Formats: sequence, structure tokens, C-alpha cells
Amino acid sequence: MDFQWNLVWDSVPTLLDGLVTALIATVLGYAVALVLGLVFALLRRSDSAWIRWPIGVLIEFIRSTPLLVQLFFLFYVLPLIGVSAPALLTGVVGLGLHYATYTSEVYRSGIDNVPAGQWEASTALNLSTRRTWTSVILPQAIPRVIPALGNYVIAMFKDTPLLAAITVLEMLGLARSIGADTFRYAEPITAAGLLYLIVALVMAWGARVVERKFGTVRG
Amino acid sequence: MSSGFVGYLWDGLLITLQLTVYGAALGLVFAFAAGLARLSGNKVLRGIAFLYTEIFRGFPALILLFWLIFVIPAFGFQFDPLFAGTLALALNIGAYAAEVVRGAVQSVPKGQTEAAIALNFTPAQRMRKVILPQAIVAMIPPFSNNLIELLKATALVSIVYLSDLTFAGQLIRASTGETTTVFLGLLVGYGVIALIFTALMRWLERIAARKLGRQVPPGAIGRIFNRRSAEPQGV
Repeated sequence: MDFQWNLVWDSVPTLLDGLVTALIATVLGYAVALVLGLVFALLRRSDSAWIRWPIGVLIEFIRSTPLLVQLFFLFYVLPLIGVSAPALLTGVVGLGLHYATYTSEVYRSGIDNVPAGQWEASTALNLSTRRTWTSVILPQAIPRVIPALGNYVIAMFKDTPLLAAITVLEMLGLARSIGADTFRYAEPITAAGLLYLIVALVMAWGARVVERKFGTVRG
Repeated sequence: MSSGFVGYLWDGLLITLQLTVYGAALGLVFAFAAGLARLSGNKVLRGIAFLYTEIFRGFPALILLFWLIFVIPAFGFQFDPLFAGTLALALNIGAYAAEVVRGAVQSVPKGQTEAAIALNFTPAQRMRKVILPQAIVAMIPPFSNNLIELLKATALVSIVYLSDLTFAGQLIRASTGETTTVFLGLLVGYGVIALIFTALMRWLERIAARKLGRQVPPGAIGRIFNRRSAEPQGV
């Protein structure tokens, strides 16, 4: 057996830089997903079928194709059309766009679950469409879906290793570069794996705390 | 595109499909084992199943794959790459699907268990003849999502140099420089495969639901054309 635990420990300090990068990507990507998901959800309820269908097809398409290929697409094709962005930013956009298709479905179920009477009451009070959305529907829809939205933070964090494929030095990227320097891949990858696991478990615990706070405890 | 490239793509497609189908089959085994173990009366079994689901849901699939391919050899043992890929995907998706199994079994009304007890069924008969046939119908729609997740996750194996569809695409990109075409083609390709898998699962769902005399809610295609989303599914 040729596995040295001390090398696992030695690679942790370097990997922590990658953890910071992964967390930055998660937070920014999640922000993109929350905003873009809401936009998708609202566009899907548009009165015009010409907006509804293409958005629906786009969402189903993004949802059912691999994030890795989407990241490659953004990373290699954006420069060709004259958009040059740092790899991390490309990754954030990729993660955000991918997860926006999931969050849009969540928002959608939240909006669908607002009782029809609320719409009728808004009409009776002569509220404008925009007022109905901002003051009546969304304030009721969004709190309901907070627990479901929370799950995607962890899912997104677990997808950050993919950013290594587009040259972002997050934990996996750094583990590979340590491996390239020392010719020992097993130990840094083990260290990275353990760090991912610890952080993901902490996040899952945090998500449960948030859920309890908002009073909607699920299963 | 020359015929050599079509060959690459075809081989890559086969690897991708193999990974998806084998991964789904092995994942189902993990899912049923862990899902049912979490409902068992035995504390040790429950504990093991709990650890399995928590650990493999918290562990990125790509890291798991790297681990099986680069770390296991350090312990003096080596998997065949295709097997390592299948195992990583199955362990990962199995942990998610185990929760589906658990939720579906729990969603079968209590009265069914009571009726089976009243009819003097053994626990094994109860599970096999009364609970599972109903639970499986509830499992199919979320399994359909899991299957698409698995299909998407197969692209990860290209990073550890397994020659799947994504890998074939990258080879072609490297030799032709047709970046946009290749990646758009890959995306459409995966989209079409996902559509086929979804259609197959819908077909399965319809058969299973009909056997229990139930109606099937609208799926992906229905979601595109309807403004309201499908009813929340079983789990």
C-alpha cells in the first residue's frame, strides 16, 4: 500500500484557497440562478405564446443537457464571438444559467400554489398587473419555496469541481496541480474530497436551520 | 465531416449509453437496498443506509470518479475505467434514488399495510404483493428525473479520459477547430437522448399507472405547453 496520510494533510492549506474560489462561484452562481430563475418563471406565464414556448423549450433543453458541455460551450464559444471573460466569471454564468432552469420550476410551483382568490381579490381592488405581482403574488409565493430553493446551494457547490475543466483553480483544479508537481494524485484528491464532503454536510445542516426558521419543515 | 469523425461520435455515443444504462441498473440496486434498509426495523441496517445516502449525496460525483480512478490504485488495486465510471455514477445516483424509494414506500397509505396484516400476509409478502407494486408507480416520475441527471453526469467521465460522447466531441474540436458546431452539436445530441429517455419513462409510467387504474399528469412536453406546472409528484 502506497498512500501517505501526511500528504493529505499537507495539501489542505493549498486546497483552502480553492475552497474559497468554489464558495465564491457558488454564491455568485446562486445569485444568478435566483434572479434568472424568477425571470424565467415570469416569462413562462407571459400572455404571449411567442414568449412562453421558446422559454419553455430553452428551459427543458438546458435542464437535460450536461453542465460540463454547457461550460465548455461558454468557455470556448464566447471568445469566438468577441466576449472575453475570466474563466471564473464564465463558470458563474454557466452554473447560474443551468440552475436557473431548476429554480424557475420551483418559483413556478410557488406561484401556482397561491390561491386563485388572491388574483381575484387583486382584480377587485383594481390593482395593476405589476402591483398584483409585486405586492400580492410574489410575497406569498417566494416564502413558500425558500426551503426548496435552499437545496440548490448545496447542489451547486457540488458542481463547482466541474469548473476545473475550464481552468478555474478551485479545489479539484488545485489538487490536480499539486499532483502534477509531486506526481502523487491520490493524496490531494482525497483531501479535496474530504473537504467537499465536510462543507456539503455543514451546508446541509445550515439549510435545515434555515428551513426550521421559516417554519416549513419538510420530511 | 469526414467518416472518421462519425466513427468517433458513434463510439462515444455507445460509451455514453452504456454508462447511462449500466449506471441506472446498478444505481437501482443501491437505491432499493438503501431505501428499503432505511425503513427496516434493524438499527444497524438503518444506520448504514443513512450514512450511504448522506455521504454520497454530499460528495461531488466528479470527485468520486477521480477517487475511484486515481486514489484506489494507490491502495494497490485498479478498476477497469468503464467500471469505475459506472460505479461512481451508480453510487451517486443511487443515494438520490434511495430517498425516492423511501418516500414512495412511505407514501403508500397505512390502510394498505393494515389490510395486508389483516389478511395474514407475512412481512415479505406484504412488501412484495401490496406495498411495492403501488410504491413503484410513485417512483417512476422522480426516477425519470434521476435518469436524466445520470445521463448528464456521464459527461464527467470525459475529464478522466473515458472516450464518451463529450470526449469524442473534444477530439473533433481539437482536430477541426469547429468549436461552435461541435459544442452545439453535443448539446443537441444530449438533448435528443434525454428526450428519448424521458419518452421511454413516460411510457413506463403510463403502463404502470394504468395497471393501478390511475391517470398520468403532464410531463416535460406538457410542461412546455402548459402554463401551470405538473402537480407535485409523490415525493
